[in-house]
Parts: sequence; structure tokens; C-alpha cells
Amino acid sequence: MRVIKIDKKDWESGVGKLSGDYSLYGPVKQGAFHNFAPLEKGQMPDLDYVNTRMSPKSVVYPQCETMFEYTLDENQPDHHVNKEIPKDYSPRAILGIRPCDVKAIDLVNINFDNPEYQDPWWVQRRAALTTVALACNNPCSTCFCTSAGTGPFDDSSADVLLADMGDYYLAKVMTEKGEALVGKAGFDQDGSAEAGAIDDAAKAAEAKITSKIETDKLGDKVTTELYDADFWEDVAFACINCGTCTYLCPTCWCFDIQDEVQGTDGCRMRNWDTCMSALFTKHGTGHNPRPNKTARVRQRFMHKLKYYVDKYENGIACVGCGRCVQQCPVNIDIRRVCDLMNRFEPGKECA
Amino acid sequence: MQNPYLPIPVRIDKATIETEDRNLKTFKFVYVNPEDEAKFQYKAGQFGELSVTGKGEIPIGIASSPTEKGYVMFTVNKVGLVSTALHNMKEGDIMGIRGPLGNWYPWERMEGKNIVIIGGGFAFTTLRSSIVMLLDPENRKKFGDIHVVYGARSPGMLLYRDELAEWEARDDINMHITVDGTDDPDWKYNVGFVPSITEEKAPKGDDDTFAIVCGPPIMIKFTQPVLDKLGYKHDHIIMSLENRMKCGIGMCGRCNIGKEFVCKDGPVFTLEELNSIPKEY
Ligand SMILES: Cc1cc2nc3c(=O)[nH]c(=O)nc-3n(C[C@H](O)[C@H](O)[C@H](O)COP(=O)(O)OP(=O)(O)OC[C@H]3O[C@@H](n4cnc5c(N)ncnc54)[C@H](O)[C@@H]3O)c2cc1C
Ligand code: SF4
Ligand code: SF4
Ligand code: FES
Repeated sequence: MRVIKIDKKDWESGVGKLSGDYSLYGPVKQGAFHNFAPLEKGQMPDLDYVNTRMSPKSVVYPQCETMFEYTLDENQPDHHVNKEIPKDYSPRAILGIRPCDVKAIDLVNINFDNPEYQDPWWVQRRAALTTVALACNNPCSTCFCTSAGTGPFDDSSADVLLADMGDYYLAKVMTEKGEALVGKAGFDQDGSAEAGAIDDAAKAAEAKITSKIETDKLGDKVTTELYDADFWEDVAFACINCGTCTYLCPTCWCFDIQDEVQGTDGCRMRNWDTCMSALFTKHGTGHNPRPNKTARVRQRFMHKLKYYVDKYENGIACVGCGRCVQQCPVNIDIRRVCDLMNRFEPGKECA
Repeated sequence: MQNPYLPIPVRIDKATIETEDRNLKTFKFVYVNPEDEAKFQYKAGQFGELSVTGKGEIPIGIASSPTEKGYVMFTVNKVGLVSTALHNMKEGDIMGIRGPLGNWYPWERMEGKNIVIIGGGFAFTTLRSSIVMLLDPENRKKFGDIHVVYGARSPGMLLYRDELAEWEARDDINMHITVDGTDDPDWKYNVGFVPSITEEKAPKGDDDTFAIVCGPPIMIKFTQPVLDKLGYKHDHIIMSLENRMKCGIGMCGRCNIGKEFVCKDGPVFTLEELNSIPKEY
């Protein structure tokens, strides 16, 4: 790791130099909120934002993507055979992603890149990705990252971490990918003398995060007891199973596979899916092992706060970005549910 | 990079109607590229994703045995989109398979032991695979007594009827075939539900005896107390689950029960393992 200093007046020209070598993504304002989008040549990421509406997961894991193509035309060779298609794995960089969202990519990686199977699309896109994270000086009231295994200045997953110091950025260059990017941008002013200022800013930002969850007891709970806890009906009562919470979450990865055909040309697609939908688990026979919304809401929280914890021993599957808390139309709050789960003791439930 | 979602092309070599209601068909597939057979080395109890271009993929238990070379077989119940499309395909048509997927019945643990196979309805596919595998002379000597309790609604709803008759005639396997009811005066086998035939015919449970149970939920529900009564320990009762699946490789998040992905950590679990996860199946 080394620390460099980037004067804001040099930022734009540095970013400009990157566009030949990387496809660039960054936060841009879309209507009333920000989202990550490809940056046109010359377009700057809008770093004056708190958090984006959607998470940036689509940069490595598109909402819809073609898996294979095929022809149903029996006069063609190889008809009815799925074929891989060329995809773009050229270098890409996300500028201004939040540390929690970078952490989320690592967290999901455990699912897509494991000893038995590797998802080729995820693995290759992630390998092509360089992340330039922007530390949060002013977290919002729904952020609880510091108690969710990350934090406003977390540098453990990013390739570069930028700290906004007013007229300039101090940048922690964490990895070789990060070195390559700052090299191409021409950023190389030594900032080591000021490294301490990053720690001070980090402490100040962390102190502003007052929203906290406790997760220490989740691992010790007995799954079936927690599953049978009496609070699930109450937690799920207002839920309309809209799926908003899962689509905008940086750590939700479920997908559906569907075939689509036009004439004799077909493709196999995958699309983000949501465990909040009844169809998600419904059998061909009509039987549904998760037959009601309570079962589905419970699945979402149990997955993030218990099943993932037990399966990977990698903490919870939530980075505390607060998106689901902000956007749930009926104000279901994962912080409250986590609290109920962490405090749960069978037999000692209160009404 | 190896793509675990890419099906292997196969040709439908033979499609056979199995049951009198014509809802179950057995498909025998041969590999379009013979070298693909080496990639599809499976054990009894595993499943594959059958891929019909234009329709989708479905997880189906492998009905052929690893000892049967040159082809792979699946028996498919017609219930919805993909299974209906498959039923409408003809011999010679090209489709795809992906796998083998999931774990298998714990043959390594069961070596030297007695095995009781209990099946009901059309959940007999991977049990056929198991029986054919066990009866192979090389394998038969590695196991103790073998009992099979297999039931269907009526004689015409039994799968693999010719083979059942062959096994019935052998002395190295104890067959207990049953139907819920029949008006066939020549019916030579049992009449009665699987749980009660199990109670009558299955050996007592002990450390050296394992039960493999596959069937509709109602059969499983009533068979379990019978096995308890016969003294089977829960880690000696083996079951196979059928949750809805897509990817089959633990990626898409669809089939989990608790922290287990049925597609990758299962579909085979002991009853003891199932006791510690939610009943979401
Ligand atoms: C491990 C395993 C082994 C199986 N073995 C057999 C077998 O040997 N023979 C057999 O006939 N059936 C078997 N099934 C059930 C079979 O997968 C479903 O009947 C089939 O997926 C229905 O698909 P469909 O497209 O015809 O129905 P639709 O209802 O149109 O289903 C659409 C989609 O739903 C999913 N789906 C629907 N029902 C089920 C279900 N019960 N289980 C899993 N996914 C489902 C499939 O992914 C399918 O693509 C097995 C299921 C599993 C999980
Ligand atoms: S956003 Fe809220 S209402 Fe919608 S599915 Fe999630 S918890 Fe339920
Ligand atoms: S569960 Fe909610 S707070 Fe946690 S990472 Fe997902 S959207 Fe953010
Ligand atoms: S079917 Fe995709 S995770 Fe099991």
C-alpha cells in the first residue's frame, strides 16, 4: 500500500487518460437519485453523492444477460445446441464506488467462485474490474456499515481508496490493479506525509455512524429454533413481497434462467430473481415449500444473517448500506430484525 | 474457462412410455460427441439438468446405472413446460444434458452393509440406478442383503416392469412389490401401502442396515414411524429431496433449505441431517 495525493484540478485530466484503457463506470444523477452507469468519453463521475439507489453489482453481474445462443433451424449445423457467445472482458474500472459496495462484491464472490464451480461470467468480469472507492465523510442515517463488517473508510476490498480532503484526494493504492490504474492516470504525487490525515478522517466518519446492529450471537443460535421463533409473522406482516429489497441489495445474487425464442433463433438468459416471489420455489406439481410471505421474508433474513454466517464463516451477508431500509415501501428494517434474531432465546419470547 | 452451465449435446436414442396413464416416459440418450461420455461419470443417486432449447432446463434423477455404458437414461413425469416439451420430442432429436450434479447415496459408507430400498410412485428413478448398480457382479459382493419395497397406485403405474420381474426371479435380491389396489386376479405380488409392506417385510434396523427412502411426501411421512419402530437410526435413513432448481450447481440461490443447497450439498441427506434444517421441502 502507498498513499498518493491527487489535486482535484488534476482529477479530470487523469480520468480522461483512463478512458483508452478502461471502460469507466461511475455514479451519475438519474432523475432524483444517483446510479452507476457507463461513463461516456469525457463524462465525469458525479462524486457529490451519498449513496446510489441501485447497488453497482450490475457492473460485474448484469441484471439480464445472455448465457448461450442456439438455432432451432434443423437445416443449420449444430441446431438445438447451446453455444457460448463472445463477451466483453476488457478492463473496466468503477470510479467512486462506496467501500461497502466493494466489500459486497467480495462477499458475493464466495458464491460465484468456489472450489467446485466457477461462474465464468462473474469470474472473468470481476478479474477485469478495478475499483476506485470513495470513502464516506458523511454517512447517512441508515448506514450501519461499521457493525456489518465494513466501514466508511474500509480499504480491505478496494484497489484504490480515495479520501476527499477538500481541494485534493488522498488515495490509498492497495493492489497491483490499483497501481496500474493510477499509473495510467498519471497520478503519482507522494502523499505519505499526510497518511495520518486519512486515519483521522476515518475516525471522524466512523463516529458519525450511530446506527448499529449486533451480530455476535447469530452463529450460536440453533437454526431450527430461530426458524421457529414467534416474531416472523410480526416482522413480515406489512411486507407486500415486492422484491425491492433484494433487487437493490449489493449482496443479493439469486437469478433465474429462461429460454427466449424469436423465429428459429433462441437464447438462454439469466435474470436477477428474488426469493420474495412465490414462484421462486413453487414446484411443477403446485407444491410450494415456502408457501406464504412470512416464509419468504424469513428466508431473506435467515439467509443474510444466519445461513450465510454458518455456511461460510465470513460474517453476515449484509454490508449495512441501508438501501433496503430506505426503499422498503412498508419500512421493514433489517436492523430491527437482526436485533430480534441476535437477542432471540427460545422459550423467552415476549409478545 | 470451463462453463458449468453449458449442456452436453445428446440425441434421443429411445423414448419408452412407462405407465398406463402415459405420463411417464423413459428417455435413453446417446452422446452426440462420444468423448463427452467421459465427462458424465456419475454415481447412483445423482441427477442431471435436461436442457430443451427454446424451453428450459429441468433437474431429473439419473435412472441408468454407472455400470450401463454408452448411454444415459432418465424417466420424466409430464407436469409442466419443459417436461411436456420433452414428452413431445421424438427419437433422433437433439437436446442437452448437464451434470452429473449433486451428491449420491452414500455407497462408500454402506459398503459391507445390508440395504433396504423403499420407493413409491415415480420417485423410483435413482433407485433403479442403484439396484442395477448393486446387482452388477463386481458390486454385489461388496454389499450384504438387499431388500426392495416398491409400490405404486396400480400395476400399470409401476416403472420398469420387465426389470422388476427379472429381479423378482433372482435370489440375490428380495423384492417386495406392492400396489395400493388392483382388480387383476392374476396379480402375484403384494397389495397394500408402502409403509405397511415395509413393516411386514423389511428387516430390523441395526448398525449394519441402511434404508434409502424416496417417494411422495405422504409415503415418507408414514414410512418414517415404521422405520423408527423397526429400530433404524436416523443416520441410517437416507433420503433424496426435490426442491425447485435452476442452476443445479449452488449458484442461483433457488433451492436452499437452511444453509444447504439441495442441488449441491444434496439432494441426498440422512434423516439425521434433515432433522437439523427447516422443513422447507
Ligand atoms: C434432484 C431432483 C430430481 C428429480 N428427479 C425427477 C425424476 O427423476 N423424474 C421426474 O419426472 N421428475 C423429477 N424431478 C422433478 C422435476 O424436476 C420437475 O417435475 C420438473 O422440473 C418440472 O418442470 P416443468 O418445466 O415440466 O414444469 P413447470 O412447472 O413448467 O416448471 C418450470 C420450471 O420450474 C422448475 N420446477 C418445477 N417443478 C419442480 C420440481 N418439482 N422440482 C424441481 N424443479 C421444479 C424447473 O426448474 C422448471 O424449469 C426431480 C427434481 C429434482 C430437484
Ligand atoms: S422491500 Fe419491503 S415490502 Fe418489498 S419485499 Fe422487501 S421487505 Fe417486503
Ligand atoms: S441487506 Fe439491506 S443494508 Fe444489507 S447490504 Fe443489502 S440492501 Fe444493504
Ligand atoms: S438450483 Fe441453483 S442453487 Fe440450487
